[in-house]
Amino acid sequence: MSTFAPRPAAGMNAIDPRLQPWVEKYRPKTIDDVSSQEHTVAVLRKALLSTNLPHMLFYGPPGTGKTSTILALARQLFGPDLFRSRVLELNASDERGISVVREKIKTFARETPRHSTTVSSDGKTYPSPPYKLIILDEADSMTQDAQSALRRIMETYSRITRFCLVCNYVTRIIEPLASRCSKFRFRPLAQGSTQARIEMIAHAEGVNAEDGVLPLILELAGGDLRKAITYLQTAQRLHSATEPPTPISSISIHEISGVVPDDVITQLLNVMGVDRESGIDLSLSTGFEGVRTAVKRVGREGWSAGQVLEQIHDALIPLPTIPAVQKSIAAMAIAECDKGLCEGGDEELQLLECCLRVKEAMERQ
Amino acid sequence: MSLWVDKYRPRTLDDLHYHEELSSRLRSLAASGDFPHILFYGPSGAGKKTRIMCTLRELYGPGVEKLRIDQRVFVTPSNRKLDVNVVQSNYHIELTPSDVGMYDRVVIQDILKEIAQTQQVDLNAKQRFKVVIINEADALTRDAQAALRRTMEKYMNNMRLILCANSTSKIIAPIRSRCLLVRVAAPTDDEMSKVLHHVAKKERFALPSPACQSILASSSGNLRKALLVFEAMKMQKPDLSGGDIEVAKPDWETYCTKVADSILQEQSAQRLLDVRGKIYELLSHCIPPTVVMKTIAERLVDKVDDTLKPQIIHWAAYYELRMRMGSKKIFHIEAFIAKVMTVYKQFHLMGFIEDYE
Repeated sequence: MSTFAPRPAAGMNAIDPRLQPWVEKYRPKTIDDVSSQEHTVAVLRKALLSTNLPHMLFYGPPGTGKTSTILALARQLFGPDLFRSRVLELNASDERGISVVREKIKTFARETPRHSTTVSSDGKTYPSPPYKLIILDEADSMTQDAQSALRRIMETYSRITRFCLVCNYVTRIIEPLASRCSKFRFRPLAQGSTQARIEMIAHAEGVNAEDGVLPLILELAGGDLRKAITYLQTAQRLHSATEPPTPISSISIHEISGVVPDDVITQLLNVMGVDRESGIDLSLSTGFEGVRTAVKRVGREGWSAGQVLEQIHDALIPLPTIPAVQKSIAAMAIAECDKGLCEGGDEELQLLECCLRVKEAMERQ
Repeated sequence: MSLWVDKYRPRTLDDLHYHEELSSRLRSLAASGDFPHILFYGPSGAGKKTRIMCTLRELYGPGVEKLRIDQRVFVTPSNRKLDVNVVQSNYHIELTPSDVGMYDRVVIQDILKEIAQTQQVDLNAKQRFKVVIINEADALTRDAQAALRRTMEKYMNNMRLILCANSTSKIIAPIRSRCLLVRVAAPTDDEMSKVLHHVAKKERFALPSPACQSILASSSGNLRKALLVFEAMKMQKPDLSGGDIEVAKPDWETYCTKVADSILQEQSAQRLLDVRGKIYELLSHCIPPTVVMKTIAERLVDKVDDTLKPQIIHWAAYYELRMRMGSKKIFHIEAFIAKVMTVYKQFHLMGFIEDYE
């Protein structure tokens, strides 16, 4: 059972809590700890009381608590003793081709769960309902064939096994599977609840940060709590490692998150004939060579073209003084460049082409 | 006798010549005992690999330099055997999974699980974890990257990953959010000349400044290239003096320039056929097709009228993308050349350029 490695239980394979990623350390222990997602939590709480669970499909953007919720739920249902024998967690790092579905998942699904004592070793009572739980994390990276093979398994053994599929894109789950599950959508987290969580962690870990750093982290993470926590931990690592430890500055947060500094973006916008405040200003543009040098500089300093593009978009599109036609042409150029980058095009060529097209659009009268 | 690039490669973080702030950051991370997963990114020849090795040395001491090369065999679920070359020491393992193309996921799954589930046996080792270096991380398939996700979190106590990539655009967001991003920018011209002078001093001769300038101009931020050019120049002309120092350009570059020039001389079906032969020759000498196309486009852009420049870049970007998605490279390079010929001829005979599309 090498691929079925359970989460290290306390005492067994204990990690020094100091070295543990905070994302793991502060994973919610019960479903009531889960930030926002009130609707989902309310439904699951009902399910917990009645100890009856449907097949479930969790979907939503990364870092919104999908995996955390189902793990917390499983822990509350079965307790630490039964967790290993009743829950099978498979994710994209495990082989999940059709053969695994046929053999491993099926074998696990058809075993009838043993009857268990209700009082667990830690003295608490857990509902321990008479079924097992299979969590398929990152289910959208399963092949179509593997998904179709699951269909019948889900129905045949529904008496003794519940499935929970977790994915980012619900459209990648084939329709027959999706219709067998009750769907839960996880919304990007609201500013308020993430802030409370981050502040709690920062307090618990004794993080020393300058003013405005925590809001900046939340802004850059954009509703992804995991990202926010990782930024915080990385920054803390960097700053506590220096002698003497310094408070976390907003500059290092920018550096960690890979955000391109404003002057690089400003230079790019200028050579395209755009001023950050006043809109189109063709006197700033220095012709083809100017664009080429600016793009070469981006490449030489190692910025990623995708990030640069995103920031150009954020700076350019909201400018009120650029006429709609020009703006739409620019947006189209940016969109096409993004597609090109996604499909693996050469970064320098794509970015150069995009900038030239935006520049041309700005010169249009 | 080794090349200067290898001979004078810095071995410790203190020997590095530029990005001092980054070095001190890496040093303090290595000392803290709480070492994160790291993603190094930056243009080629900027010193990513050198920094990785220096960091490892800082972590484990000189033991990491005792390398051995193994050939490992992996078996895919469809029973295909894959051979992968793996460089390892007692403390780290280095591999390039993208070598096996679409099967890289198997390599990642097998090797990471193996490392992650074994503990460090050497009691004298400074750290409890092993380091896995993955080269060309941006060339990994989506599947392989997805396979990394949970592994990175789960096996944090036995293993750390160091990814090495040219750009973060092709790394999926979940991986990026689990790593410390370390950008290694290309050195500036001043920093490069400092390194060149340092090497010259070690080799006991003086580097005249015109020679230095021409090396810098030809290498555009790629320090590896600069050092190679430097050594080649020294071999050709031991005294390095005189104003007419010629940087030896690689053959393929001159050849590409010739191709570009012949495109501009004449635009006809016959010429296209001639060019095709030349392109084939370049490709058969293992020059990457993207590089060929980019070099030709650069040269063309230098030569043509200003109004045509955006057009040429547009078509270069367009066909380069198609080339990546298609399987036969020569078609797309040819299509690019044919398109350039049309645009150029149209502009010169009729004086207008058509709209894109």
